[in-house]
Amino acid sequence: MSSTAPPILRRTPLFERHQAAGAKLVEFAGWEMPVQYRGVREEHMAVREACGIFDVSHMGEIETSGPGSLALLQRLLSNDVAKIPTDGAQYSVLCREDGGVLDDLFTYRLDVDRYLTVTNASNHERDLAWFTAHAQEVPDVQVTDGIEDWAMLAVQGPQAREIVQAISDAPLPGRMSAATRRLGGVDVLVCGTGYTGENGVELLCAPADAPSLWDEIVRRGAMPAGLGARDTLRLEVCFHLYGNDLSVDRGPIEAGLGWCCKEDTGFIGSDAVRSAREATPAPPAEKLVAFVIDGPGIARQGNPVLGGGEVTSGTLSPCLRAGIGLAYVPVERAATGTRLEIDVRGKMRPAVVKDKPLYRKDS
Amino acid sequence: MAQASYPAELLYHPEHDWARIDDTDPEHAILGITWYAQDALGEVVFFEAPDVGTTLTKDAPYTEVESVKAVSDVVAPLSGEVVEVNQTATENPGMINEDPYGEGWLVKVRLSDPSEREALLDAASYIATLAG
Repeated sequence: MSSTAPPILRRTPLFERHQAAGAKLVEFAGWEMPVQYRGVREEHMAVREACGIFDVSHMGEIETSGPGSLALLQRLLSNDVAKIPTDGAQYSVLCREDGGVLDDLFTYRLDVDRYLTVTNASNHERDLAWFTAHAQEVPDVQVTDGIEDWAMLAVQGPQAREIVQAISDAPLPGRMSAATRRLGGVDVLVCGTGYTGENGVELLCAPADAPSLWDEIVRRGAMPAGLGARDTLRLEVCFHLYGNDLSVDRGPIEAGLGWCCKEDTGFIGSDAVRSAREATPAPPAEKLVAFVIDGPGIARQGNPVLGGGEVTSGTLSPCLRAGIGLAYVPVERAATGTRLEIDVRGKMRPAVVKDKPLYRKDS
Repeated sequence: MAQASYPAELLYHPEHDWARIDDTDPEHAILGITWYAQDALGEVVFFEAPDVGTTLTKDAPYTEVESVKAVSDVVAPLSGEVVEVNQTATENPGMINEDPYGEGWLVKVRLSDPSEREALLDAASYIATLAG
């Protein structure tokens, strides 16, 4: 226990809903967030089998608008932003010149010259400063902080679309698309994206509208789910978590995110990413792999891998009923099937490198 | 077990452990974690019992329980040697949540200094520490 005064934590517009639902609230990236309501495993299985709803209003938003939007975003984001159609969505990383990853983010194209980029809570201020600084180099573009303008809910699971469709004035946008709809009488940006490996939508709305939207979706059968289940769900399908699996000390190639890097667009860091991809002068020494513990035990972030490397995310998989995780290991030991030994607080736990994702719908 | 409960017949350690000592067998104690500890941790998903023969030192960690999210040390309320472990809790760690004072016990120890029990708290004193 620290003797210093606790920091003032930010609260989302749904804070009172979480309290009323008996959530266990924890500090996360400066926000007071629900880590669980009824239990991580129960919430996890609700998302895999039916529908869960997450408050992810701690995530940040940056709006880029004006005729110079594409030029700026093409310079900042690793993916080919020109390929996003109006109402489309795209995943990318934000790199430094040396290729180190500043953040991983989704960008939604709301209109011809208007884009909304969703940031990780812990990176929002840094991202905003990065966007704003580079906007000075591009004519006719405005960068606006949207964090106060938007609340964000994720509705995920095989029944998620059906539940949200029932309160929508028009068909929901498909996967990797985004469009404004009236949901239960309020305007909502509905995005066909998520962080669970399930079908579903992410909903961006005005903070004042979030409580009624939450209530209506819960009333229709979505189970409130916390950050605990969000983490186990994403790890089963091997989605990266910034601060665990991504950092400024790692590039996108070693992180397995080469697929969202289009070096020909000339984004900041593209030279470093190209060098890593082409292994000139040398390939990255390590690679991010998925593993399953062979036997009892749960590896955790920071556990060393025997012979080099370390675990960056680890948990118990509710679906696989085994310890799972992601780890950076030397490239020569990164092949599927390679046996690893992980030092879990002094006990050696055998593990096996597996193909990603670790969990598949039909497995 | 949904409601907080602290049985009067147990002895408590402020690090949220309990000890059950039968008057007819004062050389042995059964140990476990309290309702408060299991509630704070959330669903226990992993418990690997220490080996029989392991030496416990009062106030020092002797094993771990894990929830999905976190690992928590379990502190020994008394010193001694493990003579029996609860295989049921290893095979079904959720029992530590469901029945922390019964089927969810962790280990049985032979006490090396039975007088150490004088330093433990009764239920009312332990509950008072939780209010702080």
